[in-house]
Amino acid sequence: MLKIEGLTAAVDGKPILKGIDLAVPAGEVHAVMGPNGSGKSTLAYVLAGREGYEVTGGSATWDGLDLLALEPEERAAAGLFLAFQYPVELPGVGNATFLRTALNAIRRARGEPELDAMQFLRLARERLRALSMPEEMLKRSVNVGFSGGEKKRNEILQMALLRPRLAVLDETDSGLDIDALRIVADGVNAMRGPDFTALVITHYQRLLDHIVPDRVHVLVGGRIVRSGGPELARELEREGYAALQAQAA
Amino acid sequence: MNVVTHKAGAAGFLHRFEGLRERLPGGRLPWLAALRDGAAEAFRAQGFPTRRVEAWKYTDLAPVAEAGFDEPLTAVDDAMDLPPPLAGARAVFVDGRFRPDLSSLGGLPFAAASVAHGLDALEGRLGALARPAEEPMAALNTMLFEDGLLLDLPEDADGGVLELLSLATASERPAAFHPRHLVRLARGARLTLIETATAPEGARYLHNPVFEIAVAEDARLTHGRLQQEAPRAFQLSTVYARVAAGGTYDNFTLNAGGRLVRNEIHVALVGPRAACHMNGAQLLVGEQHADTTTALEHAAPSCTSRQTYNTVLMGRSRGVFQGRILVRQAAQKTDGYQMNRALLLSPEAEMDSKPQLEIYADDVKCSHGATVGELDPEQVFYLRSRGIPEGRARAMLVEAFLHEAVEGVTDEPLRRALDAAVAGWWARQEEGLAA
Ligand SMILES: Nc1ncnc2c1ncn2[C@@H]1O[C@H](COP(=O)(O)OP(=O)(O)O)[C@@H](O)[C@H]1O
Ligand SMILES: [Mg+2]
Repeated sequence: MLKIEGLTAAVDGKPILKGIDLAVPAGEVHAVMGPNGSGKSTLAYVLAGREGYEVTGGSATWDGLDLLALEPEERAAAGLFLAFQYPVELPGVGNATFLRTALNAIRRARGEPELDAMQFLRLARERLRALSMPEEMLKRSVNVGFSGGEKKRNEILQMALLRPRLAVLDETDSGLDIDALRIVADGVNAMRGPDFTALVITHYQRLLDHIVPDRVHVLVGGRIVRSGGPELARELEREGYAALQAQAA
Repeated sequence: MNVVTHKAGAAGFLHRFEGLRERLPGGRLPWLAALRDGAAEAFRAQGFPTRRVEAWKYTDLAPVAEAGFDEPLTAVDDAMDLPPPLAGARAVFVDGRFRPDLSSLGGLPFAAASVAHGLDALEGRLGALARPAEEPMAALNTMLFEDGLLLDLPEDADGGVLELLSLATASERPAAFHPRHLVRLARGARLTLIETATAPEGARYLHNPVFEIAVAEDARLTHGRLQQEAPRAFQLSTVYARVAAGGTYDNFTLNAGGRLVRNEIHVALVGPRAACHMNGAQLLVGEQHADTTTALEHAAPSCTSRQTYNTVLMGRSRGVFQGRILVRQAAQKTDGYQMNRALLLSPEAEMDSKPQLEIYADDVKCSHGATVGELDPEQVFYLRSRGIPEGRARAMLVEAFLHEAVEGVTDEPLRRALDAAVAGWWARQEEGLAA
């Protein structure tokens, strides 16, 4: 269970998150929706432990573990995965090397044996096939020269390899055509089960047609202003955020 | 800085020249005596350059000028531990002198010999490219060189890979040696020359080589230089290359050793469609100072030049890159590119870079760029968010940066040698960081 209570955070001294309360029971997928600039990515970065995103109050725990006290790599080892809204390019770092180093770091942390190059390649090929991605993606530098859609799929590939227990997907749907959207959604749905908990951040309802959430939360101005069932997403799609924004102001 | 000190350092070398003058190789050849005398005059006039000399603005030679050098005293039958060979053929120099007993040059499809033994036939060739009046280190070399590697590739010869190994021995007082290497490729010839300069950990010396390289029409020389001198050594090297129509000169220099190092390269593209690639990586730690200075002259139309230098700086090290591209009026359709990147891994490290474009032709494509920065925190975070510990994440990004410099090298044997040298260097640093 992911439990966020009274979480406040600032960037460059400017308060962005103004008291977030959110609980995602194990095995559930919750959506976080909200207009641009409402603090969705900030919430994602705070959970992943990015430098410069200063927690000023409140807590975030994962199965009772104080996430906020851990280094980013320790959070990953504890099962957290963040799919970045803007995946980072790493010129000169081969995607295969990157994926294998990450996978082995996490396996080591879990007390599992590391995979050698051959074992890794077999696993990576299998995951690539499942995501309809060309094998050639492994040879390129991480995200360098990737199209927007390829970058997002590369995030899902990482998730499929690292098999997190808690995933935060930050606008993984933006910039995807309908086929890519389905591939990404299938990738997430394939992981659903009692051991997979997720926070799906999105601006649009479109993704939620494919990944049907258990709950939907609306983030406006650094606060959750409404929560509801999947129908809330459709309501927002119809009526927009304007009313909620006016209410929050 | 201190003009007096620099002159005093030069005086020691001039004094030695006066004493050795007749006994230096080729001492009885009038043309060579005149060449050496002229160089001595030039060196007397300039001394070791101070930082007030524009070309030496970022590199202070005071430590060299103050060191006080002796002649190397290696006996010819000294037993030596040689590093494993990179290729089949190898020319070995110890303290600047050719060692046939340690070299393996049999069965080569071209002439490879000692400059000292071939001086009779080198009038007009030795000194054709070097400019002692402009470059004081070339003046010092001309004045005092004793030996060097003499390579002649006939038309269309495929020379394969030849290793030039330069070793220095450890002695009480620092020694200075000034090898003069002459390389000539006739039309259509090809050669990969991989030079390694190294010495035992404690050795103190000045290695001051000068290369004169002539690449004829459609010939191609790949020149790899692995500078892994001893930690307290000085290496001040000057390369002159002249490339005729359709010819290619590729230089890749790895600066990983030495206390104070200068890698100065002058290339003239004198025939249409000549090409030059100058790439390099500088890996600096502690108190190291490394300076790469390039001067590229586009003198003919439709020539191409590419330069990429990546420098990694740790500790209190200092890196310098100066790159001058001169495009003469005749050199229409020049395609020139220069990039110089530095990665500062310590707040006390420093990088100076000075690109300089002088363009007198109007139809040219010339670009240059320079970046100096630290590791990108966003990249570090991305890796850490995937479970990769911070130290490993940073190491991966440094390796990637270094890899970027090497990846342009298409020559396989050179590429392998460089990859191994870079990986070895980085493994040592990681060990040091972990300790
Ligand atoms: N690195 C940053 N530096 C300065 N301001 C930031 C930074 N990141 C986010 N912000 C500010 O925080 C607010 C929330 O941004 P963000 O979390 O990216 O919103 P969302 O993801 O919902 O679009 C915005 O006002 C944005 O300008
Ligand atoms: Mg966002």
